[in-house]
Amino acid sequence: MQDVVLTMRGICKQFPGTRALNQVDFTLRKGEVHALMGENGAGKSTLIKVLTGVYEKDGGTIRIEGVDGEAHIHSPQDAQRIGISTVYQEITLCPNLTVAENMFIGRTDSAVVQWKEMEKRTTELLRNLGIPARARQELSSCSLAVQQMVAIARAVDMQCKVLILDEPTSSLDDKEVEMLFMLMRDLKSRGVGIIFVTHFLEQVYEISDRITVLRNGELVGEYRIEELPQVELVAKMMGKNLDDLGTFEKTERGTDTQAETVYEVEQLSSSESRPFNFHIRRGEVNGFTGLLGSGRSESVRAIFGADRVTSGKARMNGKSVKITKPFEAMKAGIGYLPEDRKRDGIIADLSVRENIILALQVKKGFFHPMSRKEMEAFADEYIAALNIKTASKETPIGSLSGGNQQKVILARWLLTHPDYLILDEPTRGIDVGTKLEIQKLVLKLAEEEHMSITFISSEIEEMLRTCSRLIVMRDRKVVGELTGDELTQAHVMKTIAGGE
Amino acid sequence: MKRREPLTNTQLLMTIAIGIFFAMYLAAMVSLKGGFLRFQQIFDLLNDNAYLIIIACALTIVMIGGGINISVGGVIGLTVMACALALNDLQNQSGALGTMEAIGLALGIGLAFGVGQGFLISYLEIQPFIVTLAGMFLSRGLTTILSVNPVKVAHEGFLVVTKTKILLPHLGYIAQNGNQIPGKLEVGAVIALVVVAVLYLMLRFIRLGRNIYAIGGNQQSALMLGINVKRTRFLSYVISGLLSGLAGFVFLMHKPAGNASVAMRSEMDAIAASIIGGTLLTGGVGNVIGTFFGTMILATIQKIIALSPLNESWWQDMASGAMLGFFILLQSVVLSSRENRRARRKDMLKPQKE
Repeated sequence: MQDVVLTMRGICKQFPGTRALNQVDFTLRKGEVHALMGENGAGKSTLIKVLTGVYEKDGGTIRIEGVDGEAHIHSPQDAQRIGISTVYQEITLCPNLTVAENMFIGRTDSAVVQWKEMEKRTTELLRNLGIPARARQELSSCSLAVQQMVAIARAVDMQCKVLILDEPTSSLDDKEVEMLFMLMRDLKSRGVGIIFVTHFLEQVYEISDRITVLRNGELVGEYRIEELPQVELVAKMMGKNLDDLGTFEKTERGTDTQAETVYEVEQLSSSESRPFNFHIRRGEVNGFTGLLGSGRSESVRAIFGADRVTSGKARMNGKSVKITKPFEAMKAGIGYLPEDRKRDGIIADLSVRENIILALQVKKGFFHPMSRKEMEAFADEYIAALNIKTASKETPIGSLSGGNQQKVILARWLLTHPDYLILDEPTRGIDVGTKLEIQKLVLKLAEEEHMSITFISSEIEEMLRTCSRLIVMRDRKVVGELTGDELTQAHVMKTIAGGE
Repeated sequence: MKRREPLTNTQLLMTIAIGIFFAMYLAAMVSLKGGFLRFQQIFDLLNDNAYLIIIACALTIVMIGGGINISVGGVIGLTVMACALALNDLQNQSGALGTMEAIGLALGIGLAFGVGQGFLISYLEIQPFIVTLAGMFLSRGLTTILSVNPVKVAHEGFLVVTKTKILLPHLGYIAQNGNQIPGKLEVGAVIALVVVAVLYLMLRFIRLGRNIYAIGGNQQSALMLGINVKRTRFLSYVISGLLSGLAGFVFLMHKPAGNASVAMRSEMDAIAASIIGGTLLTGGVGNVIGTFFGTMILATIQKIIALSPLNESWWQDMASGAMLGFFILLQSVVLSSRENRRARRKDMLKPQKE
């Protein structure tokens, strides 16, 4: 039995309206890499923030080796003092200072900066840990991976016992990830306990010793890596039991494989996504699925030109089109309902009417203004058609419920009569009734209006209910395409997990 | 064994400023000849612009920390007026005493503005632009309240101090009548040079200085690294205020008279000088040596135009403006090409993916 360095017991954290953590236990041993896994809203980041003193916990105890009794952590500085260091995804160092300064700034009380001494110690430490950086180098001239390693080196030099790596690999390439893993293995052998938060499944299995899974703020369980095959991990994260995966009833929906292709693209890639091929037929509903961070949203953003498109040949209704900006996508007849409604979707202070006509107005161009009457007619039509619950069409959209806001945005895109509509998480955070309404609407649009729709959702049932073809992604790559009989939860999950 | 590191952004921009200053000065020596061939020309630039060098440094410090301080000119105006009135009240006392009291008053006014503005900006987290804009109006208003009419300093002792010049015989020139005229440097210019040197050392070797760079580089990171961000920012404004007061005293030594429009618009010149010297408005980059040369570049442009047939204030403004525009363009081109080069290098290192 390894020595335990950190125990968290019965941690609770309440936010207005939600219970972010409910009686969560977590144990970290010396010299292990412990992956903390969970889907969106599982409570991983809340747990980390409680541990690092960003949030105050509402209940539970934290004990750490070297501190008698309970550890009281009220600020990131407190956490650092008792040996808990965090390296975040976004670098928390100063890019304009040298590597050596970043290593030592904020740690000494002496008024005079001892450059020589500082640089000597840094050089030793960098060599010791095998980090390819120089002490006198400006940090911004290092690659992101090296910057991250410098942050880790700082933590190590501060004698940390617990090192939290929060999504450290998401902006690194394969070679840099390998470098980081070498460093992690080295730290392990020095007895540092590492908490590894990531959404890359393969990386979890490459480096971790143990996995703790959270779901909806509750502890699912702690497992040794060899006890938990990838498929089971995915099932646990999604809250499904492998045994009863077969029972889900699927509505039979054939795809008309004869219908013409509305949109197709070869080797599409953007600044955020790797190259992939994709097509959709008229009247088809398909979907991208995968865990959070698998690249499903990035893929559709690339289709719509929302990120910087780096390559790809797109064809719309057989004609080749160039889509590098959302405006060009709209011109080509594509609509996109973004994942983050609050940030990318609604304009909270504008009225429901103004929010509805926005996309159409942009498509028409601002030199062809619509008459007030026309706008009101459109607004009335869609408020009725989508059953949007609003006091009036002049109510600011910000005062509507989430589900109704989503319907307004949907109306916005329907009004432009797109040939191809992309819905990214259209049902997140809205009530069950509205969810069903939106699902029905999607199917109706496809069947009656022959609209082609790509649907993305974290809930597999929802995807199975609406989509006739699923494109499965893992670690930013398309790893499978499922149709017909393959569309079962068990099959989808196995494809998401990969491996055996 | 020890390999040379590539220049940091701060050093790179500073080097550009120094290079341009010497190129410009050389061009002036060749084309305008006359005074530009004498050392005295440089001394005159220093004498006339000592106060500007000091407030440009005061601005550089807060700009490195990611802030701004546009009250520096107003504080000069107020300090000059207050000191002039105080000196005239003390006329009958001995010279040294009056001068010391004036220095104390100048630093006190600067300190008060620095502490007040620093407190509002750092601890109450109000936008520095707004706070120092208010400071600028306040100081200009107070100046007019003190006296609407110009006040000439009549304090004998102080006038003696102002006329004191440091003679540098080896850097002089020979006048037409054959007399050897030594180089003359005013006390204010010496103070300005000392300020530049002290601030340079502070920003490089003192913890406070490095912390100012850190909060300007990334405030959130600085906090996570354990730096007391609020205190650091507060102190940067206190230093800035103190220096503004000192600049007011230096101004009074150069022109011993106060009036409501003293050092009007000088905060704008100071911002320009800082930027030309390589300080980025976004914070974290810059140093006072660069700022010193930035000020000298502005001063030289004005001198060149004053000696040319285009001697009109709007030509000076346009030339300064063009210079500023040119510098900002140059900086962004240099910095972004540097970024691109780094990005390309990183791409080349990446393994080819199948």
